[in-house]
Amino acid sequence: MTAAAALQLPKTGRLTKSNAMAFVDLANPTRYLSLSGRFLPFLWAAALVGLAIGLYLAFFVAPADYQQGETVRIMYIHVPSAWLSMFGYSLMAIASLGTLVWRHPLADVAAKSIAPVGAAFTFLALLTGSLWGKPMWGTYWVWDARLTSVLILFLMYLGLIALWRAVDDPGRAARAAAILTLVGAVNLPIIKFSVDWWNTLHQPASVFRLGGPTIDPSMLWPLLVMALAMTLLFLALSVMAMRNEILRRRIRTLQRMAAGLAG
Amino acid sequence: MIGALAAITGRTALLSLRGSGGAFVGVVFFLAVVVVVPFGIGPDLNLLARIGPAILWIGALFATLLGLDRLFQDDRDDGSLDLFFLSGLPLELVVLAKAVGHWLATGLPLVIAAPVLGLLLGIAPLPLGAVTLTLLAGTPALTLIGAIGASLTVAFNRGGLLVAVLVLPFTIPVLVFGVSAASATIVGPVPFLPPFLILLALTLVSAVVAPIAGAAALRSSME
Repeated sequence: MTAAAALQLPKTGRLTKSNAMAFVDLANPTRYLSLSGRFLPFLWAAALVGLAIGLYLAFFVAPADYQQGETVRIMYIHVPSAWLSMFGYSLMAIASLGTLVWRHPLADVAAKSIAPVGAAFTFLALLTGSLWGKPMWGTYWVWDARLTSVLILFLMYLGLIALWRAVDDPGRAARAAAILTLVGAVNLPIIKFSVDWWNTLHQPASVFRLGGPTIDPSMLWPLLVMALAMTLLFLALSVMAMRNEILRRRIRTLQRMAAGLAG
Repeated sequence: MIGALAAITGRTALLSLRGSGGAFVGVVFFLAVVVVVPFGIGPDLNLLARIGPAILWIGALFATLLGLDRLFQDDRDDGSLDLFFLSGLPLELVVLAKAVGHWLATGLPLVIAAPVLGLLLGIAPLPLGAVTLTLLAGTPALTLIGAIGASLTVAFNRGGLLVAVLVLPFTIPVLVFGVSAASATIVGPVPFLPPFLILLALTLVSAVVAPIAGAAALRSSME
């Protein structure tokens, strides 16, 4: 019994005892569970320490902006969230390749588990952005190119989550979601470009650009620490969600087995 | 092979023209959307003429998306989908042929209806021609993108709203360039040609991406 088959559900019929043992012995995901179980406390510790240092730097050490005053501190949450919204989608796209090309069972689990975490960070980016926009631009929302692209990314995350929830069979849902994720990955640059067509208020990119960052080092360092810490947090949450998803599928399999043995 | 694909295109077009109201319902829905808008924003003809191209485009977008969920489900229900698999035709081309047939029956009537509906909104002749031309160039992209959604949801009977939710974000570029090309003839500092050419490019890209993604989705649904 391969790991791929074991993660999927038994299609029909009754299971014998030896069959049942093979289902419980989920080779690959089991190794993942034990490995991630050992690794996860360290990941959490690093994420929390990083967040503590980063938030301290952001709120007490970094200077207030000469134009924006204290509100600039929203940036230390907002910018890493916006990065992670893209990072999450990239991870899902890689996992989708894993699903379609190698039929790797963990790739299904990863793509499914990352979607809500990515959507949460995208929402955080939108929320902090609009809270920052109120004092700066005088309004919570502007139909500006970058905000709008992130909003569309958020819609795509929600569509994917809806697709996952609409299909009962995890294997089938995984392939449909993987195709949609990859189509989305092809389309994201086109959407970005089309949204840039109506180019408005938002300031141009100020960290990653030719000729070095325009942001002052006293603000750049806290930002980088926060970005690292929030990335670790993202990974820790994703790993936990993956573990839950594996356990959820095992429970489903066990329930079906119990039903099969009883019937 | 060309003959078989043409047969699939013709069959899809005829089925969606004749079955369950077909093209007629789509055009009536388009008309209803256009009629509802002035009730929402008021009967000011100047305003309506200015945003008219956008209204026509949004109406066409909704009308296209609504008819899509049955595109492959009917074929699955009556067994044609299995025959497509067994026929040995490249599934990508089958998806393309089906999308073309569906567009002929549902997209083309919208394009033909657009000039008439534009008169209701008081759009001047030149912009009206521009809107119709952009719809002719852009609605195939909408149908093709929608075909991806339809093939993804073929495996389960919950098409409808889910297809629209999945597909809408991907249609935004088509809408942006379609409307900006059409509006360029009314207000715009932007000339008509660049957005129109990008719109054509989007249609061509969808004609490549949609058959590949749609065929992959259909294959995975058959496993």
